[in-house]
Amino acid sequence: MLRYDVVVIGGGPAGMAAAIAACDSGAKTLILERDVRLGGILNQCIHQGFGLHYFKEEMTGPEYAERFRKEVKKRDITVMTEAMALSLGADRTVTALSPDTGLVKVQAGAIVLAMGCRERTAGAIALPGTRPAGIYTAGMAQKLCNIDGYLVGKEVVILGSGDIGLIMARRMTTEGAKVKLVLELMPYSSGLKRNIVQCLDDYGIPIKYSHTITRVVGNPRVEGLYYAPVGADRKPVLSEEQYVSCDALLLSVGLIPENDLLNGLDVKMSAVTNGATVDENRMTSLEGVFSCGNVLHVHDLVDNVSEEAEIAGRAAARYSKGELPAGDSVSVSACDGVRYALPQRVNLGDGKVRLYFRVDNVYKDARLVVESGGNRLVGKKFQVLAPGEMGSVEIDRSAICGDVTVRLER
Amino acid sequence: MNTICIMCPMGCGLTIERVGDEIKVSGNTCKRGEVYGQAEFTHPTRTVTTLVRLEGGGVASCKTALPVPKERISEVVAAIGKLTLSDDAKIGDRLTVGDGEFVFEIVITGTPSSC
Ligand SMILES: Cc1cc2nc3c(=O)[nH]c(=O)nc-3n(C[C@H](O)[C@H](O)[C@H](O)COP(=O)(O)OP(=O)(O)OC[C@H]3O[C@@H](n4cnc5c(N)ncnc54)[C@H](O)[C@@H]3O)c2cc1C
Ligand code: SF4
Repeated sequence: MLRYDVVVIGGGPAGMAAAIAACDSGAKTLILERDVRLGGILNQCIHQGFGLHYFKEEMTGPEYAERFRKEVKKRDITVMTEAMALSLGADRTVTALSPDTGLVKVQAGAIVLAMGCRERTAGAIALPGTRPAGIYTAGMAQKLCNIDGYLVGKEVVILGSGDIGLIMARRMTTEGAKVKLVLELMPYSSGLKRNIVQCLDDYGIPIKYSHTITRVVGNPRVEGLYYAPVGADRKPVLSEEQYVSCDALLLSVGLIPENDLLNGLDVKMSAVTNGATVDENRMTSLEGVFSCGNVLHVHDLVDNVSEEAEIAGRAAARYSKGELPAGDSVSVSACDGVRYALPQRVNLGDGKVRLYFRVDNVYKDARLVVESGGNRLVGKKFQVLAPGEMGSVEIDRSAICGDVTVRLER
Repeated sequence: MNTICIMCPMGCGLTIERVGDEIKVSGNTCKRGEVYGQAEFTHPTRTVTTLVRLEGGGVASCKTALPVPKERISEVVAAIGKLTLSDDAKIGDRLTVGDGEFVFEIVITGTPSSC
């Protein structure tokens, strides 16, 4: 059996940053990545918009990935590519499969989960109508386009206004396709505002809010679809159904953290994030198992992923050396307009801890309040808060005097 | 004119107006927003990202080294679409594209072999 202080599962931006931080903290580190190379989803995100915060310069996804790949290479980090982690034991053993090594078992001092997300599919959202060829998740269409050089259609409709869908609307347009329509169930976009402007408005692509697909038609290939506005109950108003022809439908309807490896293990999950619940070190309820990046909760910005992963990597290294003491902790919960706050637990101690949160609707001029045992730790005003944009505030750990709540005050 | 700053994920709402000889931007949180707002008012530009073909049949990703005039995006993509680069293109390689009056530079941002 192989032995490493820290085993990182997944070699995207989260996995790379965690491995670098673990190695720099003196841990013998291994990355398991199922793809042929490191970089994760960044390899296919050829648009600009990465690194403004972390590197103070704007770059594309592949460039951001390359920076981290170089840092990984400089260090004594073992990287196994085409190596898929198959299962995880409570004793911190990882079983992986790769063409080079066959089936391998690794004993880890600590494990960092960095497996990212997968996209919700037509089946996952119970898309009505036939199931013809030509329906892709936006990320799949992105991979086919940007890595393999294939355009999946010429007349495109996009369901959902997540960032991947918006980015693909622009991408398909610049490559010569006609993006006819973007349909969004909610009255607001789940993507970043800047992407509405630079991906839709710039190219005159219409977006219809509070609309959804009522029926897909075509066999064997998609020929078109019916759509309708939705009422307050988010049910389509069928009397107002309209038709649009298309030869491809892209779905940008959400991401699901890829946590299948945790099935059967006693790890406490969050029903809101679909990731594990963690403390400020990003340790899950299973000792020595850490989680970061999109597998923990969906991030809109890779810069936040890198920062979070460094926390997890450093802490995993300390845990593997027995330097991460277990102590008393308080819980962190969200209410009144705040959908979730992370970490969900904070250990008592000194120093600052940053709490990340997402709201459940668009709020203007709202105050984010953090309370502990009846005391107000933070009251920070925000001009605008939107579900598509993760916010954060810092709290002083020494001021904690009971369970923490994060809420909005209007 | 009202628009949203696209220079960072904050997405500040901008109001831009001409006051005498000056173009006044309000609603921005930082200087980048002011510069962006003024450019949007006078002559909008964008950095274009797309793919460039490689000899071996693969593709590499690239971006324009500088933002180009917004109304020329399709010309830029078409000009890049005519190129074929050798397979040993590397991230960071720069090359000049176009002829005559419209010339721009692109930077390779990703290649199939970068790993
Ligand atoms: C289309 C799109 C556009 C985006 N645009 C922006 C943007 O403009 N700006 C920005 O800052 N952010 C953007 N993001 C967000 C950012 O890219 C992500 O938040 C970030 O890539 C998540 O990193 P990650 O490492 O957690 O996950 P990923 O990048 O998904 O990496 C996970 C890795 O784990 C591997 N893996 C999974 N399971 C296993 C297993 N069992 N064994 C071995 N390996 C495994 C996968 O192969 C993958 O390489 C965008 C994301 C997408 C999808
Ligand atoms: S004005 Fe500054 S802070 Fe606001 S979106 Fe533009 S770059 Fe970001």
